[in-house]
Amino acid sequence: MPKTIAEKILSEKSGQDARSGQIVICDVSWAIAQDGTGPLSIRRLQDAGLEKVFDPERVIFFIDHAAPSPRKELSNAHQIIRSFAQKTGATVSEINQGVCHQRMVEDFINPGDLLIGADSHTCTSGALAAFSTGMGSTDVAVGMALGKVWLKVPPTIKIEVEGNLSKGVYSKDLILYIIGLLTADGATYKALEFSGSTISGLSMSERFTMSNMAVEAGAKAGLIASDQITRDYLKQRGRESHFREIFSDPDAEYEKIITIKAEEIEPMVALPHTVDNVQTASQASGTKIHQVFLGTCTNGRLKDLEIAAKILEGKTIARGLRLLVTPASKKIYLEALQKGVIETLVKAGAAVTSPGCGPCVGIHQGILGDDEACLSTQNRNFLGRMGNPKGFIYLSSPATAAVSALKGEISDPREVV
Amino acid sequence: MILEGNAKKFGDNISTDLIAPGRLFHLRNNLPELAKHVLEDAEPNFAEKIQKGDIIVGGRNFGLGSSREHAPAIIKIAGIGAILTQSVARIFFRNAINVGLPIFECDTSQIDAEDRVQIDLLKGTVENLTKKITLTFQSLPEIMVAILNDGGLMPYIQKHGGFKL
Ligand code: SF4
Repeated sequence: MPKTIAEKILSEKSGQDARSGQIVICDVSWAIAQDGTGPLSIRRLQDAGLEKVFDPERVIFFIDHAAPSPRKELSNAHQIIRSFAQKTGATVSEINQGVCHQRMVEDFINPGDLLIGADSHTCTSGALAAFSTGMGSTDVAVGMALGKVWLKVPPTIKIEVEGNLSKGVYSKDLILYIIGLLTADGATYKALEFSGSTISGLSMSERFTMSNMAVEAGAKAGLIASDQITRDYLKQRGRESHFREIFSDPDAEYEKIITIKAEEIEPMVALPHTVDNVQTASQASGTKIHQVFLGTCTNGRLKDLEIAAKILEGKTIARGLRLLVTPASKKIYLEALQKGVIETLVKAGAAVTSPGCGPCVGIHQGILGDDEACLSTQNRNFLGRMGNPKGFIYLSSPATAAVSALKGEISDPREVV
Repeated sequence: MILEGNAKKFGDNISTDLIAPGRLFHLRNNLPELAKHVLEDAEPNFAEKIQKGDIIVGGRNFGLGSSREHAPAIIKIAGIGAILTQSVARIFFRNAINVGLPIFECDTSQIDAEDRVQIDLLKGTVENLTKKITLTFQSLPEIMVAILNDGGLMPYIQKHGGFKL
């Protein structure tokens, strides 16, 4: 029987012939949590007398959301993580290492893996043909202790994108467009699978942006078949031997197939306060912004910083505007330093923070003032997200963000690139 | 099991950022304190208006957004007995069941704020006592019923030593 990527991986991990709709118990390859969700996972395990991990190398806690800690309550939460790790041997990714999802794809995930993470954007690793999904602290706690999880095998919606993206248009614009099409709950309980010639032509960096945002349409996973680009990515990171070709069988059963022509996609912006509230950048242009944020697990990779730096090179951001830059990981930070990308951004007026989530989730750094608007490369623009329910968040690609930073208002990047 | 309470009505797309905002991140290890702020960005002083057993009645896509289990946990701690909603986001759905907070999908357009509502878990019905209408809700998968019956995922695991299908 032909199978989708989701059915293939979940069959392997459950030892059953898994079909969409079925409930299966699977072996997990990785169970992860971050500093916002991990302490609760630990508390659940302690309360249940289950203070153990199924494999210390495959249970990872990331201190990334509040890194470095801005207040004592969070420092204490970090202590809970460090002392649990000391007791059980679990791995800790420290405050200088970066965002959990970026680190997972850089250093750990291989095609065919099953990752459960106490963070909704765990779906990022789907771009490496791994089944990876976000869950809450207790589900992940059980996964950490027993190495098991129950899952309902999701039906798959295939998004087929054909052709070339125009100049100034990136995978971020494509995924914003797709979410606008599907709406914020259009893929709830389902897996999205991105395919077609456009996706095959994307770099891993751009693919991660797509998979990262699958959850913004409610999806359980955002999958992309593995191919030569996947292999090269793993090779560069010393994991070529872990490469496997994983794809949906040609006659696999999809719930729906949506076809998109890449040429028709324009630079997109999501308007407050939902991600599916999209417009083209040209429609949104002229909207006054007070802050631009370049970073996160969605668009804080080297390529993203380079795109912005190219636009900002030798120029200065608009008077009165703040530009915040947060590299997604230590590795990216170092590469951006070596390549002079950070220098360019700083000279243009950027304030650079240490790798991690940065201002994305309103815990610290870059919190908006009342009635202020931020154009961000992150994945989510919910009311209150950046720390102030009286603020307004717009989402875009790094190119749109950089051009808008120069002008002080939302602008179409095709004017300069 | 029968649950009864007054309807506390919310609209579509109530995100976890509205239920348990990031600006209160530092209270995550103090759930009773965080519960005092539950949903306050959607409705000011909401926690003070809750009477034990009240039922949250939501619209489409309740609980979308982050994986923070603190969101359903503080709804429960604040005294809410159950959630009825048009539809629910996936992670929030699992989290609510895992913390022992009953949540069901039903046609909530037939329930107004402060209607008296009764949920019969066995029969799978929602009685709007104020309007004298009976609604049905989407039944849960067996494993979720078992988890809910044991009071949440951890008690379930403690009882069975693992997952049972
Ligand atoms: S960067 Fe933002 S979206 Fe990504 S894990 Fe951190 S808080 Fe979540």
